[in-house]
Amino acid sequence: MQNIIKNRQVISDDWQLLRLNPEGELPQFDPALPVIVPLASWLADVERWRRLPGPRALWLAPEDDPALLLPYLDEIALIAVDFPSFTDGRGYSIGRLLRERYRYLHELRALGDVWQDQLQALWQVGFDSFEIKPGKPLEQSITALESFSDHYQGNYRQPDPWFRRSINSV
Amino acid sequence: MYRYNQTDTRIVEERVAQYRDQTTRYLAGELSEDEFRPLRLMNGLYVQRHAPMLRVAIPYGILSSTQLRKLADISRRYDRGYGHFTTRQNIQFNWIRLEQSPDILAELATVEMHAIQTSGNCVRNTTADAYAGVAADEIVDPRPWCEIIRQWSTLHPEFAFLPRKFKIAVSGSLEDRAATLVHDVGLNARLDENGEVGFSVSIGGGLGRTPIIGDVIKPFLPARHLLTYLDAVLRVYNRFGRRDNKYKARIKILVRAMTAEGFAAKVDDEWSHLVNGPSTLREQDVAHYASFFDDPDYQQVDSGDFQARRQAEPAFARWVERNTREERAAGYRSVVLSLKKTGVPPGDIQAEQMDAVAAWAENYAFGEIRVAHEQNLILPNIRESDLHQLWQLAREQGFATPNIGLLTDIICCPGGDFCALANAKSIPVAEAIQRRFDDLDYLYELGPIQLNMSGCMNACGHHHIGHIGILGVDKNGEEWYQVSLGGSQGSAATIGKVIGPSFARAAMPEVIGRVLEVYVERRIEQESFLETVRRIGLDPFKEWVYAKHH
Repeated sequence: MQNIIKNRQVISDDWQLLRLNPEGELPQFDPALPVIVPLASWLADVERWRRLPGPRALWLAPEDDPALLLPYLDEIALIAVDFPSFTDGRGYSIGRLLRERYRYLHELRALGDVWQDQLQALWQVGFDSFEIKPGKPLEQSITALESFSDHYQGNYRQPDPWFRRSINSV
Repeated sequence: MYRYNQTDTRIVEERVAQYRDQTTRYLAGELSEDEFRPLRLMNGLYVQRHAPMLRVAIPYGILSSTQLRKLADISRRYDRGYGHFTTRQNIQFNWIRLEQSPDILAELATVEMHAIQTSGNCVRNTTADAYAGVAADEIVDPRPWCEIIRQWSTLHPEFAFLPRKFKIAVSGSLEDRAATLVHDVGLNARLDENGEVGFSVSIGGGLGRTPIIGDVIKPFLPARHLLTYLDAVLRVYNRFGRRDNKYKARIKILVRAMTAEGFAAKVDDEWSHLVNGPSTLREQDVAHYASFFDDPDYQQVDSGDFQARRQAEPAFARWVERNTREERAAGYRSVVLSLKKTGVPPGDIQAEQMDAVAAWAENYAFGEIRVAHEQNLILPNIRESDLHQLWQLAREQGFATPNIGLLTDIICCPGGDFCALANAKSIPVAEAIQRRFDDLDYLYELGPIQLNMSGCMNACGHHHIGHIGILGVDKNGEEWYQVSLGGSQGSAATIGKVIGPSFARAAMPEVIGRVLEVYVERRIEQESFLETVRRIGLDPFKEWVYAKHH
């Protein structure tokens, strides 16, 4: 069970995140509960994961290419992106690509070194659920989603940049 | 100049609140040192040798009198009564208390200033030609474009955690005075045959430990596409730039690995998905930003008295010659206030001096001040009829050293006296050189020479692009100095070449003296120092500098 922020609420869910061990093998998991599969494992044997009863989910490392998911985006209920360090910004571009270019519509989760000071930017680029790093406060993470009331740039939540919304015709 | 609207004000205030909360959490032990570091850096707060240093953004180097007075006020109340202008047109306060840094940011917000992204692995303060809007050779005014970039880059949600820092410079003149070719992205504004504004985009320039002149990857990017193209560049860098080694993490390393053509193709591919999207600039958007930079209310200037005094007073004439520049508007000049007086660390300014400059700008210059990346201040739009009076005032404040563009107008980082990264001190070396070459007649005789010095290979003092470059290095715990020759900024920027083994600090004035002797001996007619170095190469300099002297 982990603490997830979703829809501005703290919920706990029982998705099992599968990380390869140092030998490159998948850990044991409970097939009755839903799993989040590493991208490489998903691609290596899609049918195996499709045979599991629960909803389908997978996760990307920051160096993974989200374009590889294009054939599967309709059947996947959750994509997670790992932030091994909160200063690794690659996941933000992955979020925008999945949402804006590949039109992925289901849950997009940030996990790893994720806490309040990144949340609003993650929300803007398309993430809608956040697995908060253990030990970091949850309530403050929800309020941090409102840190800034406006943004200059266009983003997934508001495609028009400030100037396009605010500057009237000549 | 640009003035904040309600949105700008609110964003800066919300940033202050966010940073105050982050600082409180750090001081309460809820954020570790490692967690707080990137957060404080993105607000310009470094931890230095003696105390935290706060770097305040001066967007594209433009300040109002009100803002400069506030900086003076901050330096008095929160620091030791002075500030330091940097080679990126910003100002640094060296003796800040961490606990007070949120209050300083709140003070800055009251005058439409901030310290957002003055450090950290994000898009930094955009720099520009310090003579933007007034230069006689200007084709396109870079200021509206700089403001557009400032807003685009401020708290950009996708690009807050890049592999490394990212610097953009904009020039719109024939002569590139913004060193665009040594920036991660350099933008040179141009007009096409139909009079449309566009940018020549260079990529992957930079100094630091791997100095590289940028490659032009887009000879003419129509200006309306500026932001979508920058988004594409940054996205490619964000995704593919190296993150395993911070010394290989700048975009120049990625560009080199992919080749400029390969990188450009990747960007074009990314851009094909973004071009003509909502961030495309419409005519009214550009007009909106341009409206903040209309010409001031120029008057007819009677320059008769000015010309007469120039004839009659050689010291005034010399100052006019060295420290002022003609502008596009007839009868107006830009005045360079030299922050390179011998005995004062280059770029340093006292609070009283800031107040004085603020008053002059109001009385003589439409209330505006520029910070040049050469670490001097510029008062644009001075009537020639006011120059004599301003010269006298500048002399009283120690700003009238007529050395702009000469050997003693040294660009210099704070070095080992302040900076925790430095391998060696730079300020005392600059001072020793200034003392040795204090004869103005000799300096004039030498002509234009740019001497740049950095206390470590991070190259904040831009030593690679100095005609003479000095780099402080550490050898077994001792400070040594490496000399390079032949660097230059501008549209034909070059990286200087090291002449040989480094020198002890005490030897540096003599080493520079010998370099100059070779130049004086070998130059042909009106040849400048840089031209001579380019013509004769390094060997004659090496021979004389390293020769045994008795």
